[in-house]
Amino acid sequence: MADLMLSRRRLIGLGAAGASSLVLAGCDQFDNFLKVGAPVRSTLEQANNLSHQVHRLMGRDALAREYAPSEIRQGQRPNGSTDPTTPEYLAMKANSFADYRLKVTGLVEREVSVSLDELRNMPARSQITRHDCVEGWSTIAKWTGTPLSGLLDQARIKPEARFAVYHCYDNVEQGLSGDVFYYESSDLIDARHPQSILAYGLNDQVLPVANGAPVRLRIERALGYKQPKYLHTVELVSSLAGFGRGRGGYWEDYGYDWYGGI
Amino acid sequence: MTAISEAAAQARPAPQKGPLIYRQSIWTRLTHWLWVICLFFLLLTGLNIFNARPQLYVGQESGFDYDNTVLQIGAENTRSGPRGFTTIFGQKFDTTGVLGMSGPAENPQYRAFPSWATIPSYYDLGTSRVVHFFFGWIMVAALFVWFLASLLNGHLWRDLVPKGEDLSGLGQDVVSHARFRFKHTRSYTPVQKLTYFTVFVILFPLIILTGLTMSPSMDATWPWMLDLFGGRQTARTLHFGAMLLLILFFIVHVVMVVLAGPINEMRSMITGWYRTSPGTPPTKRDR
Repeated sequence: MADLMLSRRRLIGLGAAGASSLVLAGCDQFDNFLKVGAPVRSTLEQANNLSHQVHRLMGRDALAREYAPSEIRQGQRPNGSTDPTTPEYLAMKANSFADYRLKVTGLVEREVSVSLDELRNMPARSQITRHDCVEGWSTIAKWTGTPLSGLLDQARIKPEARFAVYHCYDNVEQGLSGDVFYYESSDLIDARHPQSILAYGLNDQVLPVANGAPVRLRIERALGYKQPKYLHTVELVSSLAGFGRGRGGYWEDYGYDWYGGI
Repeated sequence: MTAISEAAAQARPAPQKGPLIYRQSIWTRLTHWLWVICLFFLLLTGLNIFNARPQLYVGQESGFDYDNTVLQIGAENTRSGPRGFTTIFGQKFDTTGVLGMSGPAENPQYRAFPSWATIPSYYDLGTSRVVHFFFGWIMVAALFVWFLASLLNGHLWRDLVPKGEDLSGLGQDVVSHARFRFKHTRSYTPVQKLTYFTVFVILFPLIILTGLTMSPSMDATWPWMLDLFGGRQTARTLHFGAMLLLILFFIVHVVMVVLAGPINEMRSMITGWYRTSPGTPPTKRDR
């Protein structure tokens, strides 16, 4: 019994010591190593490149799950920009996007520019998919649009193109030095994926402004921040260095991973 | 036998120590310490990731127009000022100071898990994801190495898979663990076998697969995961639950190491050599 008491006392003492060292260990010691651009951080980021490559090896052409209509139980929750305020966008919105053009530019044989009506007359695809936000939540909705691959075929991508950069109308940040516009990018596998559609419809309605009107790109195997809203230009490039801070997207420039499939 | 030699035999002191046995292979020791590092970073970055959406759901999606929430951590204004709360299956608890609201009273922070429990110490989803996925890869790689080595060197079958005699001896072993009476033998006791077997065969695979189910790209490649776990949001909830069970394992594991003789236990996980209890039959390979 004396043995037991001693053990219990020792247990409580050690438990307290352990708990206090845990508190000391957490966790601002690591903060400076992890800032964007720090060497430790850049090394750790290689894990995301590994994920990207392994996912492409395992299921390059795999399709995202499509759900039954009965699984649409709520509206698509808008997130990020929900109402762009540039004069250009406001003028288009006032005119029901009659003047909207979607352009394919950059490393292409022939630049393409189409109106919303022309997009709607291209081969259409509807898919009920799950939208996964990087924050952790998900929603299921029906998206209707035309595959981006059709437009890329019309434009005929040059062989040196490696990425598609997606330029958007939304001034997601309004700073003293002017507006910062949302942009995103993907590899050409995601750009040509059969479920990557230029969506103009949501849950059998015209795509609302809050969800990216007139056109939002769906990249169904990636997180929400890889699904640019208010899209106006798809630019084919060989390097992402010239855009924003060179990390491939608005959120990526703040340290989010470029791949976005995990 | 004469009375004199009988007395001499009784006078000879019984051995105070059992033989020193080689208990942990280099693969077990290496992966053990890799997991210590990995799980530390995975936990603290995971709590930061959770803080981005401190709410857990069941099903494919998150209910915004309906309720499928099973856990929520947050802060709210009450008559006595702002308070932190945690709601589990509809039961609400005041968790001010730790969950939902934490930090100094004059300058409280409204975050689910407190600053001292997250990496980075401030809210940074992008950064915690980078660190989380890096150590996720290391953890999976270590598990692969450990599994292969343990299959080949017999550790898995010999020491971890519970056999019939382990199940029949379980009750007695639970009692001796509860009374902090430990016998250091060549093999693991039934409780140890069942615990490590559960961690390696259930908890580790569960936390890895539910983590992968949160990846929209992996869901396309392995859609069976969505069916296995009942949806991405259920997988996220199970990922959180497996984390809690691993913390429980960690606490009990460390307490047991301390009570069973921390120097001997640590030596066996660093050098591989383990001092058994007196009376353990020696073999040629012992020291």
